[in-house]
Amino acid sequence: MNTSENPVLSVKNLTVRYGDGCSECSTSLEKNRCRKCGTVWASNDVSIDVYPGEVLGIVGESGSGKSTLMQSLYFDIEPTSGNAYLNGYKNGCESIWNASPAEKRDIKNKIMGMVYQNPVRGLRMDYSAASNIAEKIIATGSRNAGEMTSRAKELLEAVEILTSRMSEAPKNFSGGMQQRVQISKALANNPSILLLDEVTTGLDLSVQAKVLDLIRKIKTLYGISILLVSHDLAVIRMLADRTVVMLDGKIIESGLTDQILEDPQHEYTQQLVYSLL
Amino acid sequence: MKIKRNEEYNYGFLDEGSKKEIRRSTLKAVAIPGYQVPFGSRELPIGRGWGTGGIQLTLSLIGPSDVLKVIDQGSDESVNAVNIKKFVKLCTGIKTTTDTHKATIIQSRHRIPEIPLKNDQILVLQVPIPEPLRIVEPKEEVTKKMHAEKDYAPIWLQLYESIIKYGKVTISTEYPCTVEDRYIMNPSPIPKFDNPKLNMSECLYLFGAGREKKIYAIPPYTRVESLAFDDVPFEKENFKGKKCCLCGSCDTYLDEIFNSETGERYYQCSDTSYCREVRSR
Repeated sequence: MNTSENPVLSVKNLTVRYGDGCSECSTSLEKNRCRKCGTVWASNDVSIDVYPGEVLGIVGESGSGKSTLMQSLYFDIEPTSGNAYLNGYKNGCESIWNASPAEKRDIKNKIMGMVYQNPVRGLRMDYSAASNIAEKIIATGSRNAGEMTSRAKELLEAVEILTSRMSEAPKNFSGGMQQRVQISKALANNPSILLLDEVTTGLDLSVQAKVLDLIRKIKTLYGISILLVSHDLAVIRMLADRTVVMLDGKIIESGLTDQILEDPQHEYTQQLVYSLL
Repeated sequence: MKIKRNEEYNYGFLDEGSKKEIRRSTLKAVAIPGYQVPFGSRELPIGRGWGTGGIQLTLSLIGPSDVLKVIDQGSDESVNAVNIKKFVKLCTGIKTTTDTHKATIIQSRHRIPEIPLKNDQILVLQVPIPEPLRIVEPKEEVTKKMHAEKDYAPIWLQLYESIIKYGKVTISTEYPCTVEDRYIMNPSPIPKFDNPKLNMSECLYLFGAGREKKIYAIPPYTRVESLAFDDVPFEKENFKGKKCCLCGSCDTYLDEIFNSETGERYYQCSDTSYCREVRSR
């Protein structure tokens, strides 16, 4: 990680709200909901930078705005305001949220890779594992079936799935295997950043460990930047170089992971860390 | 067929306003090859799904000097083909034929005649599902956007999935094709054997979907390419070693006929008019 370089991804003042908002929203919030007008501020003026080769962890309780940030970045939800700059899109000069639908599709297929908490969102469960990976490659304009199959084999081997099972549909796979297929799909076009949204949630401990090992291996192997969302501090401790703590749609603390975990400053972060211990 | 025109019907059954609207939509379809033009599909004395799109195109285009041929899966004699011919004759009084050479308008379901069509002929194809992306996306709103943005990855994925599972593309009818490098089009449920006939053809192809209310077209000399991967070329059905039991043709699309008593299998030209012509030579 080198923070002196330009960030791969830079999010500036992301706000996502559900409701029209009112003049008293800034002063009368109860958690992230306005007492007066009922507007929910899912993400409130959030800014982050992800540097080359870095794993940035985002931690917080349910409803803190972690997934809202991820889904905004992957165009699953439309931000109310804010900008996001990707190194791979117009040299980081224009916000990806102002891109045309075709450009957004290109960004999703070429520059970013996403792994959802629920594999049903990220995979076509009735299509073969190979087709799931090929989908990303086809979207870039490739029309060579042999090359796609070779790439699918290479990626499935990297995530330790037997290539003899590449023609099987992920619906026949275990949860851990589905997550690994998702990861290989996300890596299909060598993206510059990987978005991981609670990738180990719902998996048993041994499978969790395998997935975490895999992510570490991918980071070393591909030198890819990773934005990792989790509510599990053990996952963050194991993988993240820097960590951002979110609460009620806002960033309350950020810094090096060791620093956050060893010497938490904010009251909520202290609760979070001590509850773990 | 000795049927006189019934003067109580408007010429071509449809009212003039309806025919005008269908002709306008047809012109738009010809101007944008492969693009599905919506139109106000009218009620007809047959149920939707029985060729009402094709009939509306035929009725709005047909003039007193036209000669109509109707085929159903290549056959001039099927009940559907005979009844459509009767109906059009009843409300227009025009001539009908079974000879492909003599017809100026050919309405067809599931086949393109074996004889190459000429530039003074129009082939009207009946289409049940005009949207080639329907198999991968159920929402009309989404498929429209996909066409607009030329986002055809899901349909390519469908082909790739077939290759992964079976080692080849297994689609036999409604094989999607690209029109002039722009729109992906469903050529109606014709066998993929007929797909190459759409490319750079002399005649005008019109596609009508009455239930789905869409018209689209391939004008003469338009490039139509069946989807294929660089390393897995498009292949039409192969009838190697088989020939028509009536005329002996081995380069036509053959129907398989199974004799349950003897257990024998026969092959016969699907295009009955062509088969008759070869036999009469």
